[in-house]
Amino acid sequence: MFDFFFNLHPVIQGLLKGLAVILVIFPLAGACSLAERKVSAWMQGRPGPNRAIVPWFAYIPFLGTFLQRLGVFHLMADGAKFLFKEEPVPGHVNKLYFVLAPALAMMPAFTTVTVVPFGAYFDGAGQVIPLALANVDVGLLAVFAVSSLGVYSLILAGWASNSKYPFLGSVRASAQLISYELSMTLSVVPVFLWINAPGTPGTMSLAKAVEFQSLPGFWGGTWFIFLMPLSAAIFLISLFAETNRQPFDMPESEADLVGGFHTEYGAFKWSLFFVAEYSHMLVGSGVFTLLFLGGWNPLPWLPLADFVAWLHSLGGAAFVVHPLFVGVLSIALFLGKVLVLIFIFMWVRWTVPRFRYDQVMKLGWQKLLPLAIANLIFYALAIAFIQK
Amino acid sequence: MGSFLFDFFAIFTVICAVGTVVNKNAVNAAMCFLLCLVGVAGLFVQLDAYLLAFLLLLVYAGAVVALFLFIIMLLDVQGKSAVSFKRLSTVAAVIAAGLLAVGLCSFATRGHLDAPNPNYASGVGAALKPYAYQLFTTYLLPVQIMGFLLLIAMLGVIVLSKKVEPTEAAK
Repeated sequence: MFDFFFNLHPVIQGLLKGLAVILVIFPLAGACSLAERKVSAWMQGRPGPNRAIVPWFAYIPFLGTFLQRLGVFHLMADGAKFLFKEEPVPGHVNKLYFVLAPALAMMPAFTTVTVVPFGAYFDGAGQVIPLALANVDVGLLAVFAVSSLGVYSLILAGWASNSKYPFLGSVRASAQLISYELSMTLSVVPVFLWINAPGTPGTMSLAKAVEFQSLPGFWGGTWFIFLMPLSAAIFLISLFAETNRQPFDMPESEADLVGGFHTEYGAFKWSLFFVAEYSHMLVGSGVFTLLFLGGWNPLPWLPLADFVAWLHSLGGAAFVVHPLFVGVLSIALFLGKVLVLIFIFMWVRWTVPRFRYDQVMKLGWQKLLPLAIANLIFYALAIAFIQK
Repeated sequence: MGSFLFDFFAIFTVICAVGTVVNKNAVNAAMCFLLCLVGVAGLFVQLDAYLLAFLLLLVYAGAVVALFLFIIMLLDVQGKSAVSFKRLSTVAAVIAAGLLAVGLCSFATRGHLDAPNPNYASGVGAALKPYAYQLFTTYLLPVQIMGFLLLIAMLGVIVLSKKVEPTEAAK
């Protein structure tokens, strides 16, 4: 069925895959920004965006009003507004870097998507084949390496704006992102110590982490969040800091820096920063899901294979075991978990007040980093003892 | 295809390296350096050294150059005229360039690379573990020495940056 695709020239295949990433992530990130407004509204007891509607939809009896109340059309209105708005470029900026910065924000965010597996299916022999655009064996390292380049967009945006508040924002960003990268990287090392048991070929693959969470037996089926709760906590906190989410959004911190690094930006360039931020959140949540929440397995101790077999025994329908159905099911399960994590991101944002900058630095260097090192040493000893 | 990409990244790297040296604006130079590192990482990928490529990106492109930029912005060195070379540094630069040229010449005329070890050449999964084993067995001493050097550098930074307050007893 897909022979047509695989017969294409590799370059065209790559281009099509890249286009697919943009087509999926861009609207998803946009939808996240709408969800953010809606969730914040619910948390503060107001209706939130609920007015915009396409004329003809108003005539559909229930669905039209429902969609209007849900604010779905605000997403389209926002997108159109950003596209058609005048794009002012202030006279005092460094033009090249000012224009480059939003593009630079998008590139790492979209590039990391390619190495994150987002689903799986079973081939004829019952083998699990992960679905990913590029299933590289250094998976996690690739995500960390490429997403660490995202800091340049913030630095350059602040510097090129050539005014005080953006500059302060970008200085904060560069220090903060580098600080939290350390504890983030250290916190996931126990997971890979556990996966790379003696006798197995070494790997950093994210799909392998899911495979280890879908083994039979009590310990095999345990999600790593139960096995390594501290690692998961440190990773999640660092993820908040790395994606500039409240309570860590020092670089934009609108209370004291107007808008932080993007103060001088408007229209579509500004919205690109936000799409990049949400794509970073999506990728980060995806990695967290793969490492700690069992990836595409529906429940702890219930791997995807068993789930599909159970579905098959329930109705006996043949299409249930078809690779296409399993693939879509696994993608839905994975995306569901990612969206729950995104909701947690928003939940925290509208609950916890913003830290002061010294508190951010103190938390990163004096609390999280020693904790991550202690966690690593503890698990290194424990894993050496268990796997001996 | 592979050869074309290798040539592309090689030329890209050299152009960016020249840009790093020639650029008067410090921020431009740092950005050229960043692109140069990305180009080298691309070369590593072409040579199937994925691990090295991503470590290079993670450590140098992701953190070190960001710190460079951070320092450049803090000091605001942009627009100042470059300090002219001292005689000693000129001599050192000429000697270093000469040595590099001699090395390149001898490599081009007489040198050869060992055939790749078939044990390590197959894929990344196989390469990750042997790489780590090599670090902890064959190359243990260099790794330890590098670690020690970094430790000394860190102590030096702490000593230089820490302003010692005179204590009550010293007064």
